[in-house]
Amino acid sequence: MVLNCRHVWDRISDYIDGTLDPAMLADVEKHLAHCEICSAVLDSTRNIIILMADDRVFELPIDFSKRLHARLDLVLATESPESV
Amino acid sequence: MTTMQAATERQQEHEARLITAILSGDREKFHELIRPYERQVYLTALSLIKNETEAEDVAQEAILRAYRKLGSFRGDAKFSTWLIAITLNEARTRLRDNKRAIFDSLDNHDSEEGDYTPAALTDWREVPSEALERQEIRELMHKAVAELPDSFRQVVVLRDMEELSVNETAEALGISISLVKVRLHRARLLLQKRLVPLLRMEWKGKKKNGMLRRLPWF
Repeated sequence: MVLNCRHVWDRISDYIDGTLDPAMLADVEKHLAHCEICSAVLDSTRNIIILMADDRVFELPIDFSKRLHARLDLVLATESPESV
Repeated sequence: MTTMQAATERQQEHEARLITAILSGDREKFHELIRPYERQVYLTALSLIKNETEAEDVAQEAILRAYRKLGSFRGDAKFSTWLIAITLNEARTRLRDNKRAIFDSLDNHDSEEGDYTPAALTDWREVPSEALERQEIRELMHKAVAELPDSFRQVVVLRDMEELSVNETAEALGISISLVKVRLHRARLLLQKRLVPLLRMEWKGKKKNGMLRRLPWF
């Protein structure tokens, strides 16, 4: 099947996650091989996914862990988990 | 069994031992049990509660709740999935209690249908590592994620930020796998469309040979 750009965009996410079936994968790759726009869309989408997973982009607030464990200490000192 | 599956299994066994110890009175071990998941709990809270201070409070409350309810964890799900479900509940309760009407100007994107046209450019293929050090890039990312419709943001945070599998994301959110895939796809493409032109502008000063292709449908 010959795909146009919009067909390819609709499948970008599945392509990145590796969940396209083999026939569709071959068609998408064939399109990507000659379409500069779609391969740029693919690369930039993939880059955003890389940024999303990077711990430096979404950091915990400063001293988050310190405050959490201090609060936990108070509870652990006085309470047991509820009995079921 | 793959190395990754073996590692997951070892971690689950380790967690099961910690949980047994905590429930038998070694309460201090809860610090160790929760430490690997602090970030995940916070980001999950932040996916619903957009204010950082309040998200931190919700994250703390969720973790305390997980401690108190630890006896009801059955071990048929992963501990992380159970913890995320508790966090989402805690966050939803908070939103209800606050009786807050959050006006989400992008709600009209919330349908699973609709047309999408990605940002077209050909010069943003590499993620320059120095870009991550720059505060502006982080702020653009935060804003773009915060502006996603709630249902898309929850999926993309669990899947792409916390790196849960599609199945785990579906389980944590109580929605079908196919709905996770649809929302994930649309969320990623909305982020692409929103961020790519902005990130490109951020880097314009550095990179002069870029070429923005105008497409007929723009």
